[in-house]
Amino acid sequence: MSTEKLQQTPSQTVGPFFAYSLTAAQYGYDFNSIINGSLLSDEMPGERIYITGSVFDGNGNTISDAMIELWQADADGNYVTQYPNIPISNINFKGFGRLGTGTNAEHQFNFTTVKPGSVKAQAPHIDVILFMRGSLHRLNTRIYFSDELNDADILLNSVEALRQYTLIAERKEINNTIFYHFDIHMQGEKETVFFEL
Amino acid sequence: MEIDYNVQPPHLYPEYKSTILRSPTQPLVPVAEMLKDKSLPAFGESAIGKFDNDLTKNARKDHDPIGERIKVSGKVMDEYGRPLRNVLVEIWQANSAGRYIHKAEIHDAPLDPNFLGAGRMLTDQEGRYQFYTVKPGAYPWGNHFNAWRPNHIHFSVIGHQIGHRLITQMYFPGDPLFEFDPIFQSVPKQARQLLISKFRMDWTDAEFALAYEFNIVLSGRSKTPFE
Ligand SMILES: [Fe+2]
Repeated sequence: MSTEKLQQTPSQTVGPFFAYSLTAAQYGYDFNSIINGSLLSDEMPGERIYITGSVFDGNGNTISDAMIELWQADADGNYVTQYPNIPISNINFKGFGRLGTGTNAEHQFNFTTVKPGSVKAQAPHIDVILFMRGSLHRLNTRIYFSDELNDADILLNSVEALRQYTLIAERKEINNTIFYHFDIHMQGEKETVFFEL
Repeated sequence: MEIDYNVQPPHLYPEYKSTILRSPTQPLVPVAEMLKDKSLPAFGESAIGKFDNDLTKNARKDHDPIGERIKVSGKVMDEYGRPLRNVLVEIWQANSAGRYIHKAEIHDAPLDPNFLGAGRMLTDQEGRYQFYTVKPGAYPWGNHFNAWRPNHIHFSVIGHQIGHRLITQMYFPGDPLFEFDPIFQSVPKQARQLLISKFRMDWTDAEFALAYEFNIVLSGRSKTPFE
């Protein structure tokens, strides 16, 4: 087998018109969705949390045509890819979700999930994959939780101290429902940290 | 393997105006090797509908969609040319008149009641995918005066590792709009041909559909074949 590498396929923008394919059910198009804003099924036991937020451009305006994907471990710190051979469509916990920001007036996303456990000595976290019109690349960031001990996390510690807060979602409890709020700022003083992945 | 900027577009490409306020200004933060190994989820065959990969049928009401019927197929591989099986490939496109069904689309070209423009499938054991569709038309967009996008199909690919997540666009050979399109031009010159599908007379369905080949190489961290 040759070890000569192939050239990777260049990335291109998701553009403004992804919704009727990638997030069809959320936007009301006649095409079912196999990935949506719920990372679990209704039967999933455990504490529900909601991950909410918006994406802001360099002028501080909310972005209405971004697409966000979340990928996380379950409450015990296991990814579904570690589950014994069950296709993702047959399990209670998927750990993978996707939403566009174009279906409410505030351009917010609102994911339903459970709080992940810590994985391999890392603080509990959710990986975030972000696409939008005007971005030529996939962007990767991470959500950490304000009520967890994040001090020893290897990735968070690789980020300069003054920017670490951009990765920490704020816990809010409203009517016994737990929200973690995570805004993404593309530019400016609060610019979110993105990782080279 | 990290992002190869000899091949990949920059984050900021001012000729594509929306990148000006939407691209990060700070350098991306490097990630320790051990964290790049993270797998992405695998999807089950049961999640895919029977006509999900046939756009000429999956929104058909009473007629076949208008347009030139084509077959788009290819292979999804890692950087060592190893086929990636069970990869979720999702596509979307304009109809043959250059009109998207998306509600925010305002281009004055007709919708086709028999065409949605969305499809998906999982790659097979050899990393192959195949879609039937109609050739998408060009359409104008607001980037600058009289800006037109070349014919293209949008691709979303979820491979096996976190670095394998790719969204891109497939183009058609010889499109006269290439030189005027900042999205296509954002890719370094020597890499642009990687986004242009290859016409395959030998893959056509005789007297039924023309064929284009589009192979996809994902950039995730790859252990060498001997590791
Ligand atoms: Fe497009």
